[in-house]
Amino acid sequence: MNWLTGTILALFLGLLVYAESDLPDSTEASAPTRTHVAPRYIEQSYPETRTPNIVTSVLADYRGYDTLGETVVILTAGIAVILILPRNDRRR
Amino acid sequence: MRGSLQNVVVEGVSKFLVPFIQIFALYVITHGHYGPGGGFQGGVILAASMMLLRLSLGEEVEHRRFSPTLAGLVAAVGILIYAVAGLLPLAWGGNFLDYAYLPIPGLSSAELRYHGILIVETGVGLVVWGTLVILFDHLIGSES
Repeated sequence: MNWLTGTILALFLGLLVYAESDLPDSTEASAPTRTHVAPRYIEQSYPETRTPNIVTSVLADYRGYDTLGETVVILTAGIAVILILPRNDRRR
Repeated sequence: MRGSLQNVVVEGVSKFLVPFIQIFALYVITHGHYGPGGGFQGGVILAASMMLLRLSLGEEVEHRRFSPTLAGLVAAVGILIYAVAGLLPLAWGGNFLDYAYLPIPGLSSAELRYHGILIVETGVGLVVWGTLVILFDHLIGSES
């Protein structure tokens, strides 16, 4: 690692630390991550979907479109393996 | 590739264990509503039971029972189930993947969403199951 790389990395680290000092406290109830959709999920998940596990209702219902994409990615990985790996007819 | 683990104990134990593993996989898929679990995890456990049989009994036997082609079919049917569960509500007046509009009579909106989640999780389980068996077969490399 030469001096130029070290300087850039040190500057970047300083930038990250400077930016981090301005982030809201994630443990407070007023943090943005806790005031947007999270209360709706926690309060309405059971009345709306009859599913006690909030993780499942968010994964498959509220964020179902996302999960559909994930599933397509998995299937695509399988298809890619079929296409890339050659068929091997060696008998052992 | 029969013979990698050719042993009567290994064969007997894995034949004995596989039904329990598969029942547990179905439990994990259907238990996703109430605790840890769901389609991804249950599908992986189902695929693991298939891999155990392939390693212990040999692929000549297992490919006759559950061929790589069938695994691909299972994965494709899984994604079809998911997509149809998304498109049916669209045809019945809702949004894409809005299970409250699934055309199942006699259920309230919340119960419809409950069952929609179950349908979708089943589709995910089939996709993961089929894909992992495909990966195993092709990485092992012997086609028979």
